[in-house]
Amino acid sequence: MGSLQLKSVRKSFGPVDVLKGIDLDVKDGEFVIFVGPSGCGKSTLLRIIAGLEDATSGSILIDGAEVSAVPPAKRGIAMVFQSYALYPHLSVKDNMGLGLKQAGAPKAEIEARTKKASAMLSLEKYLDRRPAELSGGQRQRVAIGRAIVREPKLFLFDEPLSNLDAALRVNTRLEIARLHRDLKATMIYVTHDQVEAMTLADKIVVLDGGVIQQVGSPMELYNRPANLFVAGFIGSPAMNFIDAGRLGRSDATTIGIRPEHMTLSRESGEWTGKIVHVEHLGADTIVYLDSEKAGLLTARLFGEHHYQTDEFVHATPNSGHLHRFNANGEAIR
Amino acid sequence: MSKARTSLSRTALVHAALIAYTLVAVFPVFLTIINSMKNRNAIFRNPMQLPTPSTFDLVGYQTVLGQGDFALYFQNSLIVTVVSIALVLLFGAMAAFALSEYRFRGNTLMGLYLALGIMIPIRLGTVAILQGMVATGLVNTLTALILVYTAQGLPLAVFILSEFMRTVSDDLKNAGRIDGLSEYSIFFRLVLPLVRPAMATVAVFTMIPIWNDLWFPLILAPSEATKTVTLGSQIFIGQFVTNWNAVLAALSLAILPVLVLYLAFSRQLIRGITSGAVK
Repeated sequence: MGSLQLKSVRKSFGPVDVLKGIDLDVKDGEFVIFVGPSGCGKSTLLRIIAGLEDATSGSILIDGAEVSAVPPAKRGIAMVFQSYALYPHLSVKDNMGLGLKQAGAPKAEIEARTKKASAMLSLEKYLDRRPAELSGGQRQRVAIGRAIVREPKLFLFDEPLSNLDAALRVNTRLEIARLHRDLKATMIYVTHDQVEAMTLADKIVVLDGGVIQQVGSPMELYNRPANLFVAGFIGSPAMNFIDAGRLGRSDATTIGIRPEHMTLSRESGEWTGKIVHVEHLGADTIVYLDSEKAGLLTARLFGEHHYQTDEFVHATPNSGHLHRFNANGEAIR
Repeated sequence: MSKARTSLSRTALVHAALIAYTLVAVFPVFLTIINSMKNRNAIFRNPMQLPTPSTFDLVGYQTVLGQGDFALYFQNSLIVTVVSIALVLLFGAMAAFALSEYRFRGNTLMGLYLALGIMIPIRLGTVAILQGMVATGLVNTLTALILVYTAQGLPLAVFILSEFMRTVSDDLKNAGRIDGLSEYSIFFRLVLPLVRPAMATVAVFTMIPIWNDLWFPLILAPSEATKTVTLGSQIFIGQFVTNWNAVLAALSLAILPVLVLYLAFSRQLIRGITSGAVK
């Protein structure tokens, strides 16, 4: 009851092309995350799906029906905004019920659905409060509740966690994951935070420069990035890229190796280098070294390791985890 | 302002300056009111003196209220002012919303055109306005005054309100659109309540020149039935003899309605004036 298809959707603001032909299929019940650096067009794409912006060309189908000419309220969608966007003069209850009231639903039904949604989000205590009397986390829960009450075909989230502090962000993330399991609804979620993308998504859509770079499950993107951009964007710290020529390899232009797929040793190894900086995170130790052969490298070691800056060490890449890219930046498989 | 940064001498200086300004601003009003309650000799001999039992005299008020027409003049002034403010706020806010919310060709040009009236005094067009009113048969009606004052107030209203409307969150309006609110409901139910302080500011700035205006009532509506308070008070000012008691009493009475309207708006006004600076 909630599939979405985008067919060569383009959007330009004057001479600036923001989206350059987006094709995408979202199946019923999928949790899809649009991720990308700022300015990549992910929010614009979401707003086009919502109907808040018109696409310059292309078509948008929700449940197989063309909706390009349908106003937002009639598309069967609900949206959660970064800034919560609660109606300041309405109580929590009325905020949640406004959409149904506008659609002319009977009072009893509005009441029942509001009750159900507020129970799901443990908001019962706050139903008569105004948004100004709530904390940031509670406001975002109300905003999510407002979306749930509408029982939409598609949930749209526009960076819903960006305004919350770190601890609340984790809690709300878990809550959204639980909601997705309980409601089995189709959700489309925009974020620039790859942790959110990796932890929540069934399918991640990586966007850059108005073009889809890769679509896949979190582990597909991590293990088999389609190009240099995706390889560098997914994973933290970012993948090391080494000029293949410097390593004497002719089967690729660039070689990529993730920091966690390298081993360090004081005795012997492939690349020798001087340690520039060490970060101790407890669970991980991140070592930055400047090697003669491969340039600046990042290695992520699990557990505590007592390396010193200016120490010489040998790094060895785990050969099964090497990524090869051609001159166009595409992965060679 | 944090406590740590305010020293006593600084606070004292600020208060001294504000008190001095308040005295300067309030003094003419005070003078008008005390003298309106004195007899004619006392007004001229001791203008600064408070009314004493021997000089206390309400003859001015008796003259003004005894004329009978004054109630009508007040009513005219109130109708003209309140209706003009209402129209300025309604149309100004609507124009401002369109300018700040919708992208369309010529948006900036339209904004500049609507703000042009701030720089060009409407009185320059008096002759043309009078001709227009004569042609449409609106001379000596309150409608004529209301139309002119609405036109006079709109440019500033559009200018101030469109700046404020830009600050209303886009997400909020979009949330309304998704919930199925029409553009009119978004305007009336979401945006207007949020720009209330700005509306109050505009209302006060619009109200005072209209209430005090002598020019247009004199030219467009000088008939007995359409006189406003400012025009009505002129009957006591003659070329050779001026009935000061009556003039002062009329002025004192004229202050009252403005004061009431101002108090109604002032709570909002303070937020309106400071919100741009503090945020």
